[in-house]
Amino acid sequence: MGRMTYLEAARAALAAAMRADARVWCLGEDLGRGGVFGQYKGMQAEFGPDRVVDTPISEACIMGAGLGAALMGTRPVVEMRFSDFALCAVDELVNQAAKARFMFGGQARVPMVVRQPIGMWRSSAAQHSQSLEAWYAHIPGLVVVCPSSPQDNHDLLAAAIACDDPVVYMEHKNLWGLEGEVDEGAAPVTLGKARRVTEGADVTVVSWSATVHAAAEAAAALAAEGIGAEVIDLRCLWPWDQAMVLDSVRRTGRLIVAHEAVAVGGFGAEVAATVAEHAGDALRAPVRRLGAPRSLIAYAPNLEDRLRVTAAMIADAARDVVGRVAA
Amino acid sequence: MLALMERIRAFEEQAILAAERKLVLGAIHPSIGQEGVAAGVVGALERTDALLSTHRGHGHTLAKGADARAMMRELLGRAGGCCGGKGGSMHIADFSVGMLGANGVVAANIVIAAGAAHAVKLRGETRVVACIFGDGAANRGTFLEGLNWARVFDLPLVFVCEDNRYSASTATVSVTGGEGPAARAASLGLPVTEVDGNDALATRAAAAEVVARVRAGGGPAYLHCRTYRQTGHTSADAAAYRPEGEAAAMATGDDPVARLRETLALAGEDGLEALHDAAQAEMRAALAEAEAAPWPDAASVYDDVQDVGSPALAAY
Repeated sequence: MGRMTYLEAARAALAAAMRADARVWCLGEDLGRGGVFGQYKGMQAEFGPDRVVDTPISEACIMGAGLGAALMGTRPVVEMRFSDFALCAVDELVNQAAKARFMFGGQARVPMVVRQPIGMWRSSAAQHSQSLEAWYAHIPGLVVVCPSSPQDNHDLLAAAIACDDPVVYMEHKNLWGLEGEVDEGAAPVTLGKARRVTEGADVTVVSWSATVHAAAEAAAALAAEGIGAEVIDLRCLWPWDQAMVLDSVRRTGRLIVAHEAVAVGGFGAEVAATVAEHAGDALRAPVRRLGAPRSLIAYAPNLEDRLRVTAAMIADAARDVVGRVAA
Repeated sequence: MLALMERIRAFEEQAILAAERKLVLGAIHPSIGQEGVAAGVVGALERTDALLSTHRGHGHTLAKGADARAMMRELLGRAGGCCGGKGGSMHIADFSVGMLGANGVVAANIVIAAGAAHAVKLRGETRVVACIFGDGAANRGTFLEGLNWARVFDLPLVFVCEDNRYSASTATVSVTGGEGPAARAASLGLPVTEVDGNDALATRAAAAEVVARVRAGGGPAYLHCRTYRQTGHTSADAAAYRPEGEAAAMATGDDPVARLRETLALAGEDGLEALHDAAQAEMRAALAEAEAAPWPDAASVYDDVQDVGSPALAAY
């Protein structure tokens, strides 16, 4: 137990996995100097350049090599630097890694973790800020993880490395410095289980990644007004914890989904549709989806801010759906 | 070696027949005319070596030691196929003999092979990885990325360009700048060996030399095998884009199976006709058996997608 940042928690989990299992190694650009954000700081000194590998700027080969090495019995952790750059390796991830086990009739396993940092931080514009988690949730064969807290970034990365399926692991760049208590000896978590952040009887707010913090802030404000918001951090988008969400909505009768990604075709739509199918009779107000407008992430701070889903927006949406209840 | 080449030829002939009879439902890419590369290169590998192949991979897979009957079942999408009927011709694989998969995407196997070889090096094994691709693959970015990677990390990897002159239905030379794939490999620091891929014995000798050098820790190498695709891109492609008479001239004048048969006959080998007949009989039987095999269990479509979040648990 100790205080750690979100970044340090993941590094501790990776280092522990590498100490425990010689098959685990990591590869990506600039890992020797610690990775672009410092996620790998000190690791090459401990594990050597053969297990913390500095690669060329060759995203397709980094991803493809991860797959090939996984097929040969190692457990690679692939670093994509920014999720935006992973788009240079979509064939390797979507056409190859996600399909290898199935296409080959179960002869292969692909125990590979693909770290793809997502999200807006500040003035990184359109090619260093995207949140494309919904794309990967759409792809059979992939597991998709979006941690929001230091403890989760420790536990979920450990679970992802232990997983025999390819895992797209999306850390939020704006959370690197977030501090919290981290129990490095915590019991292993199950991928696909959500976390109830706050309890509340009036409205369910489903979120993940950095937007969880906005939702929690909104819940605190709403509590002061007597509105109980139950915030659920999905943590994983595939598989996702339908049971926890459906159970919550059956109690609250109201659903808000809130995420940083573009709302159109976002994973919030999947959550909303699932609730409509399986708990539609429990809904006492229309579902609200909060996500970015279908625009591109801009450089200037005021333009960038226009695209954000904020605590105030979530709180307003909650007041709205609660106020809409038929008398 | 001739026996293997006769078997590959016979397999492809039966596969084409099966496609004409609508028993093979998807596209197949026959390797008739390219058997010298399959037998020459793959024959130079050990069973424990790894091989990555292409969409035109039947010959490579047979040469690596896969069971022809399981392969034919796979082409027909039947139970007992080497991939359970889930992959078909373009995703044929047999991990038990080190055949890590054909691939439906040109040049995609190059970067996967880089990783396979990276794992071999990381684990300190003496295995070699071979990656076969076509001449068209040299125009994809993964060719640059994978060859550079292998050089930078000094991997035990043999890149094999099976140059059949055509990128699908386009003459590769007409869409390739500079001096072509071998020159590109040389520019990345890989030793290049070029061979007449229709001379199976020469190809075997060249491959054996290259594989031995790579196995001894010499780093990656590039082997360029000149051959010819006697069929169209797929079995359904009449290949009218080729110059008049080109395919016929190659089939009669530069056929790898006929050349090896002739060489062995001149050397006084007998029983060659029996090899041909045995191969034909084997593959006819493989097709008959595949045709009689049942379809896979429909529920298996949910198997082997993933353990975590398996669709079998929440199939819509």
